[in-house]
Amino acid sequence: MAEPGRALGVLVAIAVGVFALAFPFAASGYHLYQGAQVLILMIALIGLNLLTGFNGQISLGHGAFFAIGSYGAAILMVKAGLPFWAAIPLASVVCFIAGFLFGFPALRFGGLYLALATFALAVATPQILSYNGIDALTGGSQGLTIAKPAPPVWTGLNSDQWLYLVCLASAGALYWAARNLVRGRVGRALIAIRDQPIAAETMGINAALYKTTCFGVSALYAGVAGGLSAIAVGFVSPESFGLALSLAFLVGIVVGGLASLGGALFGALFIEFVPNIADQLTVSFGEGAKALPGAIYGVLLILVMAAMPTGVAGVAQAAARALMSSWRPSHEKGGVNVAANCQGKGEAP
Amino acid sequence: MINRRTFLQSSAAVAAFAASAGSARAETPGITDTEIKIGQTMPYSGPASAYGVIGRTESAYFKMINDQGGINGRKINLISLDDAYSPPKTVEQVRRLVEDEKVAFLFQTLGTPSNLAIRPYCNANKVPQLFVATGASVFSDPEHFHWTIGFNPSYQTEARIYGKHILATKPNGKIGVLYQNDGFGKEYLTGLKDGLGADHAGMIVKEASYETSEPTIDSQVVTLQGSGADILLIAATPKFAAQAIRKSYDLGWKGVRYVTNVSVSVTTILKPAGLEKSKGLITAYYGKDPTDARWKDDAGMKEWAAFVGKYMSSKELSDANASYAFGAAQTMIQVLKQCGSDLSRDNVMKQAANLKDLELPLLLPGMKINTSPTNYSPIRQMQLASFDGQSWQLFGELLMG
Amino acid sequence: MGEFLHQVASGLALGGVYAIMALALVMIYQATQLINFAQGEMAMFSTYFAWKLMDSGWPYWGAFAVTIVASFIGGVLIERLVVRPFANAPVLASVIVFIGLAFIFNSLAGWLYGYSVTSFDSPFTGRPWFGAGYMSAHEAGSIVVTLCVLALVYAFFRFTPLGLAMRAAAQNPVSSRLVGIRVGWMLAIGWGLAAAIGSVAGMMAAPIVYLDPNMMGGVLLYAFAGAVLGGVDSPFGAVFGGIVVGVLGNLVGAYVVGDEVKLSVALAIIIAVLVWRPSGLFGRKLVARV
Repeated sequence: MAEPGRALGVLVAIAVGVFALAFPFAASGYHLYQGAQVLILMIALIGLNLLTGFNGQISLGHGAFFAIGSYGAAILMVKAGLPFWAAIPLASVVCFIAGFLFGFPALRFGGLYLALATFALAVATPQILSYNGIDALTGGSQGLTIAKPAPPVWTGLNSDQWLYLVCLASAGALYWAARNLVRGRVGRALIAIRDQPIAAETMGINAALYKTTCFGVSALYAGVAGGLSAIAVGFVSPESFGLALSLAFLVGIVVGGLASLGGALFGALFIEFVPNIADQLTVSFGEGAKALPGAIYGVLLILVMAAMPTGVAGVAQAAARALMSSWRPSHEKGGVNVAANCQGKGEAP
Repeated sequence: MINRRTFLQSSAAVAAFAASAGSARAETPGITDTEIKIGQTMPYSGPASAYGVIGRTESAYFKMINDQGGINGRKINLISLDDAYSPPKTVEQVRRLVEDEKVAFLFQTLGTPSNLAIRPYCNANKVPQLFVATGASVFSDPEHFHWTIGFNPSYQTEARIYGKHILATKPNGKIGVLYQNDGFGKEYLTGLKDGLGADHAGMIVKEASYETSEPTIDSQVVTLQGSGADILLIAATPKFAAQAIRKSYDLGWKGVRYVTNVSVSVTTILKPAGLEKSKGLITAYYGKDPTDARWKDDAGMKEWAAFVGKYMSSKELSDANASYAFGAAQTMIQVLKQCGSDLSRDNVMKQAANLKDLELPLLLPGMKINTSPTNYSPIRQMQLASFDGQSWQLFGELLMG
Repeated sequence: MGEFLHQVASGLALGGVYAIMALALVMIYQATQLINFAQGEMAMFSTYFAWKLMDSGWPYWGAFAVTIVASFIGGVLIERLVVRPFANAPVLASVIVFIGLAFIFNSLAGWLYGYSVTSFDSPFTGRPWFGAGYMSAHEAGSIVVTLCVLALVYAFFRFTPLGLAMRAAAQNPVSSRLVGIRVGWMLAIGWGLAAAIGSVAGMMAAPIVYLDPNMMGGVLLYAFAGAVLGGVDSPFGAVFGGIVVGVLGNLVGAYVVGDEVKLSVALAIIIAVLVWRPSGLFGRKLVARV
């Protein structure tokens, strides 16, 4: 990458970092809750992006792993009395194992068939969570209420600030890990498997191992997000993990930009705030229009996709590239637009 | 960095100080000399959007009150936000209502999981969570949750009434239960077993559940029919109840059929199911059904029709959810009237738990709402009714579950 | 035994509806390799259209025909106006657009018609067929309609020039263009046909499940499962898959695991079948070219 581009990227990253760190000391409790939700969604979106954006496996069912993380953490905290910093990592390990195992049948499926398998997972999740046989653990359809973790006294923070900072630290660490992952050997292997599966295998990449592990890591991210969500919301119930959640994740990674980790932040902002905006907009359609937020959300979604078919990250990359070529004409061109290349593979003529 | 941070910290402190100074002037958030600000979450989008009409009716009702001059000179401002029936969103919207919009209290937040999710927050912050729109029995627990009060009779209460009626009329019957696989349906199962008592729990020969994502419950009804049950309890939401009523008739069901009072509207449920096919259904009733011809000349019903005519559209006239909301809004107004000039959260909660023999235009004749600091179930009475092919015929006396 | 036959019969009737819906999904999949998540909501909207017509006095078959034509036009318009601009966008962008469309139709229907269930007439009335009443007249009739739709679709793609052109455009767009087929229009017609077929599914489903804005959500899910099970590039496979899913769901719930988890188990069975045959029972096996 060219120097000016790098400098620009670093600048943006610093600005975002400063804002994120200053936020808890300037915002109200309600805004901190929203901030925590955005960070939680961002973690889940990074996870899904590793799988779908970088490795080309579509998942419509990441809400299920999010649910396992949430319920896992909630059960460990409420029933086993573990502190949250032990419960969430343990629950995420469970998610990793679940995702890794699910990755095996997924190996057999291409594109659409994988979409169905994961879709089935999303649909079945609320049903399994409210299953009578495990009521004692899950609280059945009544769900579980989790006490908010109290901040350590020496920090002098209130619980909203503390929760936000826990989410921020987790998001920062997981972002950093994902960034290192995709920039190294592993990332190149994942992309190679996505774009040229056969060529990748002939080069000695163990595609099966990479794909299942990628599924596991992706599920782990969703699990951490789920666990954090359990403590931030303070409540889990089957209704929180329906198909709508899984679809929201998909919307998030596409709006943010496929195969872009930074895009996850924009995706998270979109799925957190645009439904609220849609709800607000109904007011301008008169009294009876309170029933319309769904339609307005749909229209906004289509408009955003029309304006940015490759997501926010795609547009940002294109803008950066345009900026770059105005500085340094000729070379540096021909970079592969990863987002535009995603999916649609496996349907070779 | 450090400088910036300390600066922000101190500015936050200033803001907090300013806020506390502000609240010292106006004692209760959301209350001014001209306005009472109330908050609410509703599933306007998402899987439960059918209930959105409740929020719209309540907004319309308060508009009518405002047009008539408000309560003690104050206008009611109901801020009703969409939560898409997702508990994390409910928590977010409620925090917005309480912390940003600074509403005085919450009214008729809808849904069992959503209300469970916000209950700890409301009670920790002493924000009244009034007349929650759900029939789950857990919301009438003044001992542990002083700030949360229910409204409609709980599903368990209703199911207990069915259990007792079955014992009284068909002690040797065999019961099949069709229930929705969530908190709503399972409460009926619990209540029914409770009403039958441990000795007779064996009367339930078959339980069949369904998911709301399923297109039909035909298969479950066939299963229940095959189990040899001669009493059927339908604990289902409107669409599935209509399907069950029709299918059981088509299969030639001979025994008694009980149906939850959530799904008894003559026009919107029994008519699609077939009036002939609905004959003989039994339910426990508490609100007048606007679509039942027997209330045609009823004064309360005329009040309802006049309100809908002016403030809503004709399709809400027959909507059972809308007429339910009408009653809830009237109860709210009664509480505000009782509060007089003291609209502090303490007093609002106190008055909500101090309703005495309140009668509502759409409650059955003779039915009264009573609450007390130890009784957080405003509507507790019901009356059995059977369907004669045209309308519901009440029988027996008012029952307490 | 009687109960078993009842379960199979009601599964068959519902399976017929899934099958028609699956066929609509296949229409669009064949042309674009995409699954239209808005298909169910579009069908629901068409059904409300038919209901409106009948409500204002139209006879059933008149309303039926007009609805099919109107749905066809609606489908073409949606393709031209909303879907076409995303032809060159990443595949998942189109999927998001479908999700957006589903939101719009669902919410609009709720706003226009409310959420109360509405009964919808069936053209097939009279005594239940097969004496013992295992199947209502409508259920039997809707199975016949399913088979008719399948036959028509088969004949259309097999024997008509337009059908052949559409197949050509789907399989090899570049060469089709060279021989003078207007590939873009073929896609639009594919959408129109899918919408028209979907409207039939809606009108067959409504008398069984009642008309309401959420009526097709569950149907689409099962249709999707059916289409994938049968092989999503094969119309016959999709119909077969749809019917199997309908019957399987009922039998699993009634005799194997109980209704509480029948959906999960039915889906697990389908996934197991897919592990064994990754392109569905009747789908073409994909061979990647290096």
